[in-house]
Amino acid sequence: MGRLLLLEKANVPGIRGYEVYRREGGYRSVEKALKTMTPDQVTDEVKKSGLRGRGGAGFPTGLKWSFMAKPEGVPRYLVCNADESEPGTFKDRYLMEFLPHLLVEGLIVSSYALGSKATYVYIRGEYAWIPEILEQAIAEAKANGWLGKNILGTGFDCEIYVHTGAGAYICGEETALLESLEGKRGNPRIKPPFPAVKGVWDCPTVVNNVETLAAIVPIINNGGEDYAKIGIGKSTGTKLMSACGNINKPGVFEIDMTISVEEFIYSDEYCGGIANGKRLKACIPGGSSVPILPANLLLKTVKGETRLMNYESLGDGGFVKGSMMGSGGFIVLDEDQCVVKHTLTLARFYRHESCGQCSPCREGTGWMEKILRNIDTGKGKMSDIDLLWDIQRRIEGNTICPLGDAAAWPVAAAIRHFRDEFEWHVENPEECLVRNYGLANYADPLGVATA
Amino acid sequence: MAKFSDDKLKKVDEIVARYPAGKQKSALLPLLHLAQDEFGGWLSVETMDYVAGLLKLEPIEVYEVATFYSMFNLKPVGRYVFEVCQTGPCMIKGCDEIIEYIKKKLGIGVGETTKDGLFTLKTAECLGACGYAPMMLLGKYFRENLTPERVDQIIDECRQKAALNN
Ligand SMILES: Cc1cc2nc3c(=O)[nH]c(=O)nc-3n(C[C@H](O)[C@H](O)[C@H](O)COP(=O)(O)O)c2cc1C
Ligand code: SF4
Ligand code: FES
Repeated sequence: MGRLLLLEKANVPGIRGYEVYRREGGYRSVEKALKTMTPDQVTDEVKKSGLRGRGGAGFPTGLKWSFMAKPEGVPRYLVCNADESEPGTFKDRYLMEFLPHLLVEGLIVSSYALGSKATYVYIRGEYAWIPEILEQAIAEAKANGWLGKNILGTGFDCEIYVHTGAGAYICGEETALLESLEGKRGNPRIKPPFPAVKGVWDCPTVVNNVETLAAIVPIINNGGEDYAKIGIGKSTGTKLMSACGNINKPGVFEIDMTISVEEFIYSDEYCGGIANGKRLKACIPGGSSVPILPANLLLKTVKGETRLMNYESLGDGGFVKGSMMGSGGFIVLDEDQCVVKHTLTLARFYRHESCGQCSPCREGTGWMEKILRNIDTGKGKMSDIDLLWDIQRRIEGNTICPLGDAAAWPVAAAIRHFRDEFEWHVENPEECLVRNYGLANYADPLGVATA
Repeated sequence: MAKFSDDKLKKVDEIVARYPAGKQKSALLPLLHLAQDEFGGWLSVETMDYVAGLLKLEPIEVYEVATFYSMFNLKPVGRYVFEVCQTGPCMIKGCDEIIEYIKKKLGIGVGETTKDGLFTLKTAECLGACGYAPMMLLGKYFRENLTPERVDQIIDECRQKAALNN
């Protein structure tokens, strides 16, 4: 079992409450940072840790913090991205629900480093029971002197507020999130200017994911170098994975990024293997936006090496033969799943969530959904497959925000790796309504399966 | 005319105070949630105008926001709204069967409300419970690992609650 930095105390009874959390060593990092370090030293420690943003893009957190503009007399803000809406992803929810004080602690230290006196947690509206949990933790922290005015007598003032969204995946994109926080529609902004220069209410702003900000706590407690020793290469520290689909033990797991994909799927410590004794067909390892991989490319890289659960290894082979760590939403499909149907639900998702500002995204997502629905229901033509390919290619890179790419990639990867399955749907319009294709490239002979 | 109670108005002030002076527009989403909860589970034009007044906004600023976010209902809904997630991970775990089951059991289609005004069925996109699929959002909470039996229980539970409150 690898070292746990975030979830170590998750099962301690009463850890949601202040007393137990504090008794278990909580808020030590606030004491250490505020009393013995300057804000820049905190940022340096984060740089040393090699921590990369856990929201999906994997951008180095310390570097992002160092971009924060500091004009005289202008407030600066830290905004915590708790919009968590990428299909397959439910790890931030776990942290907020079961370890609310860990997030609050991370927020205080991070606010100190960035000079944010008012820090906002933007949480998706559907997590409607969580704001109360967070607000309770915030109130407890404040009552015990960790928030408010002149914290620990250091002169640092800070408040944390919870802000609820109202159902829009796009508000997870950082500039759309800021628009939404300003009380507007969640339309992403054109960058530059970047939020670190001009963010919420035109003030310098850093947006970080829930897990990223929680990871600040062990980094400050144990030092950046200690954090960097865990993991491998540029994948330092631990990562939360939310695993779902056809596995025995769906849930949230904290992993050391040196374990293999095979271990993650089959070990009882994690997913516990494929449910019902079925075989593994495919997996989307990092949330719905990242490329789907067939079993053979998932467990081994194209070079035949064991694929590991980290940024570099999951990305090995690029977009053609690899995938991405993304947000850590690990979706497993067994032999009975239909890749066409699954891709269709994702296309519908992106069409539903497109903010509509850019025509390639607005029109392209709807068009892809329509074609995929036709293929899935036995009304597709062979030429539709190439048309789909064409549409996704035209969306990618031609939009204001990455949602366009996120909509294009799943379609591209599905066609790239499972073209035979798409063709089978077209060639067998009746049969595809009553049974699934099975395993790519070596599906059971039709006669046997339909008998 | 819809109007918040004094208690709720205090809550409004508290919410507005979270944002810098002059940035009260930021309180719009939280206030629309509050209004929707308070005034029958949906936002009428009258309600939206009222919220606009509270925040000193033009009504159009409220309409354009209310129409953007999927959680705001712009038409009346039943007392209990079942929002069943239908995205990939939930589809894998059989959400389509659950949706069909609810349709049959309540005799309504997606987007419809039962004649007694008790239930509305909606589909939703990924709600962040993919590991506990199939699932639905009901009020403030998630109902996870749904089976037809669980759905039966939930419907009974709602009916009983409604009977008690009437
Ligand atoms: C369409 C879209 C949706 C996103 N959703 C989320 C989200 O729900 N949570 C999140 O932390 N980041 C999300 N991101 C990434 C954010 O834009 C941003 O990179 C991230 O919050 C930065 O935090 P990090 O550096 O700590 O990862 C999304 C990006 C895009 C393009
Ligand atoms: S890519 Fe799509 S979601 Fe992003 S700004 Fe353009 S239309 Fe909106
Ligand atoms: S796909 Fe249904 S909750 Fe995520």
